[in-house]
Amino acid sequence: MKYVDEFRAPELIGRAGEEIRKLADPRRHYRIMEVCGGHTHAIYRFGLKDLLPENVELIHGPGCPVCVLPMGRIDDGLSLTAKPEFIFAAFGDMMRVPGTHGSPLEYKARGMDVRIVYSPADALKLARMNPDKHVVFFAIGFETTAPSTALTIIRAKSEGLPNFSIFCNHVTIIPAIRAILDSPDMRLDGFVGPGHVSTVIGCRPYEWIAQDAGKPVVVSGFEPLDILQSIVMLLRQLRNGEAKVENQYKRVVPWEGNRAALRAMAEVFELRPYFEWRGLGFISQSALKIRSVYGEWDSEQRFTVPGVRVTDPKAAQCGEVLKGVLKPSQCKLFGRECTPEQPIGALMVSSEGSCAAHYNYSQHRPITIASAAAV
Amino acid sequence: MCLAIPGKIVEIDAHNAQLAVVDVVGVRRKVDLGLLQEESVHPGDWVLIHVGFAMSKISETDAADQMRTLMILGESEAAMQEVQGYGLENENDDSLGRGPVS
Amino acid sequence: MATPVSKIKFREPQIEMAHGAGGKASRRLVEGLFAPLLFGASQGPLGDAAHIQINGTRIAMTTDSFVVNPLRFPGGSIGELAINGTVNDLAVSGARAEAIVVTYVLEAGLPTEILEAEVRAMAKAAEEAGVRIAGGDTKVVEHGKADRMYVTTTGIGRLIPGVAISPDSVKPGDKILLSGPIGDHGITILLARGELDLEAEIQSDTRSVFPLVQSLVQASSGGVRWMRDPTRGGVATSLNELARDCGRGIVLFEEKIPVRDAVRGACELLGLDPLHIANEGQFLAVVAADQADAALDALRHAPGGEEAVVIGEVRDEPAGSVLVTTLYGGGRLVDMLVGDPLPRIC
Repeated sequence: MKYVDEFRAPELIGRAGEEIRKLADPRRHYRIMEVCGGHTHAIYRFGLKDLLPENVELIHGPGCPVCVLPMGRIDDGLSLTAKPEFIFAAFGDMMRVPGTHGSPLEYKARGMDVRIVYSPADALKLARMNPDKHVVFFAIGFETTAPSTALTIIRAKSEGLPNFSIFCNHVTIIPAIRAILDSPDMRLDGFVGPGHVSTVIGCRPYEWIAQDAGKPVVVSGFEPLDILQSIVMLLRQLRNGEAKVENQYKRVVPWEGNRAALRAMAEVFELRPYFEWRGLGFISQSALKIRSVYGEWDSEQRFTVPGVRVTDPKAAQCGEVLKGVLKPSQCKLFGRECTPEQPIGALMVSSEGSCAAHYNYSQHRPITIASAAAV
Repeated sequence: MCLAIPGKIVEIDAHNAQLAVVDVVGVRRKVDLGLLQEESVHPGDWVLIHVGFAMSKISETDAADQMRTLMILGESEAAMQEVQGYGLENENDDSLGRGPVS
Repeated sequence: MATPVSKIKFREPQIEMAHGAGGKASRRLVEGLFAPLLFGASQGPLGDAAHIQINGTRIAMTTDSFVVNPLRFPGGSIGELAINGTVNDLAVSGARAEAIVVTYVLEAGLPTEILEAEVRAMAKAAEEAGVRIAGGDTKVVEHGKADRMYVTTTGIGRLIPGVAISPDSVKPGDKILLSGPIGDHGITILLARGELDLEAEIQSDTRSVFPLVQSLVQASSGGVRWMRDPTRGGVATSLNELARDCGRGIVLFEEKIPVRDAVRGACELLGLDPLHIANEGQFLAVVAADQADAALDALRHAPGGEEAVVIGEVRDEPAGSVLVTTLYGGGRLVDMLVGDPLPRIC
């Protein structure tokens, strides 16, 4: 696959690993946070931790939109649509996320009309094909996904489609990073920045992290070579006592972001005064809601939504793991009561959740390249 | 699903210039070009696809530059300095707006 | 004589789609409800087919039901699946299929021409597989109760001489052979549903694997320890079952696992793992190390086996699990299929 395979070349990966070992000062212990769930997943999938020296530690950040969604919002979405005249549409990742009375898939087994879609445009198509039902698209995601939802709402309005609305749970990444930096439990040296969010917002929004908080940020792609190169760039900055924002993912990320995408978002969305994030509590100006001019396509403006706040089960430590304070294996329920098959929290369900990644990828001893080649 | 993957534009829809058919190693999918209004997109271009929408054009030049940088990793500091002099790692050198505006 | 009844371990209050997906939930249902009540304490590890002794003759017997949507797809239809699926279950248990009986559950309102097309497809598949269709049964249910048609086939066969397959015989050092590229069938069905705007040149791999199994067995003189056809739940589920049953570790080498480009592309686009996708024309075999070369050679020279490859080996660790390693030295545990990403594919 072009633009994928070459960034997985084993020899270059080996060299990048070597460079990291050369750059890492043995007297220091580096704590680098990768913000985005997609990076967490890639790190585990390609076994990148095995390539890093002991004193370079990767901390998983809260950039997994499924993981940070409080259970109450899932309950709201499901209770709204658990009636015969509704269709509940969402990405595959949402389907097994537990609400108080079950996950969307479990609701489907009980007779609710639940559909997996791969694009908000698919949900729009569902509405066109089922004029006698109301399709609610349960929208999640950071700024990577919000513009696509925005464009879909714009299209729905121009068509005057009456039986379609969005239950909007889009959140923004900068307030989450601010909350991490403000947290007294965290000591971080630098950030691997979210590559795909940055295709929309560009690299400027991270400048305060370098200038005010004094931490280097490298906006990174998702292939193994991208992530390793980003770590090289961070270690170089740290060695030189620098703190600036760099763009490793130049082939895809424009420094100024995607103006058309930002315009679509500004047209359709405004910031909620505050929004609850699982594990991080209420954060102001951190989530998007649909403007009243598009109110007909906003499930919350069109219908009454219970808005019940649900706290996580007491024993579950989703919050601490989300902030990077605890490693997944340190949560008391990890691998016992909470597994990918019987998840208690969303971090174990989402393919980008650090608990799911740790469970699937980490429970073995590293195998050397030599023995792997001996077949 | 927050996957974004590269795909090649095969054809622009004759009836709707906002839609294109994209190829990902032999699998074809219709993709919405509505977020790429500031850039012109043609068959043969590569784009990054996320939830059925094209998010960004992929720069062949930047990808090649990056591979060059990666290939010289592990060589001497002197070689690195020399390469930096050529501007391959220079954020101000960019054709598609990939570095900071100075 | 009554079958001794063991304790029921299945505690879930209702049946979900996942219980039919071929992964963990299916295993819980079979082991927790069916096995204790139906098979009694004498049953060993559950295989693709049962081996029964009647008056000194050992025969193999298996059954399978087919609930595919859509009925027709590139590369085949429910008719072919119904025959090849049962022939293959018998083949990987070390038996040549001799006779099959068929049950049809038909939905009222099903056009006759659709039924006729499937019956023709079954007749053709049976002829190609060299198996006799010996009889059957038909039921018709009201409109809306059977999604067009459900087909069940039950087959019996004779054991191939020289084959003694058992998970207990699997040893560290044994090699794992795969007959060809994976994921074709499941992805074909997904695309054929037309719900995604995806198009690709992929077709179902449905075929009888018996000729390949026969070549393998003939070339390996007793070195074949275990075989399975990885249908629902894919290669990952089949090998996880083996790892559990034999108590050893299975290590696969990612770069050796054959996946067609288009299947890989579709999986990347949809966030699926080819190791969990159903196949209808491939099989896995565990072969003693000193015979693996000869076995692979025989497969590659047999028609349809050209893409056979060694994808991994049996080790002591990680005991009971399947590990996929990559060229960079990293590794990931691959579990049985959890949930049901692709319902109604076979």
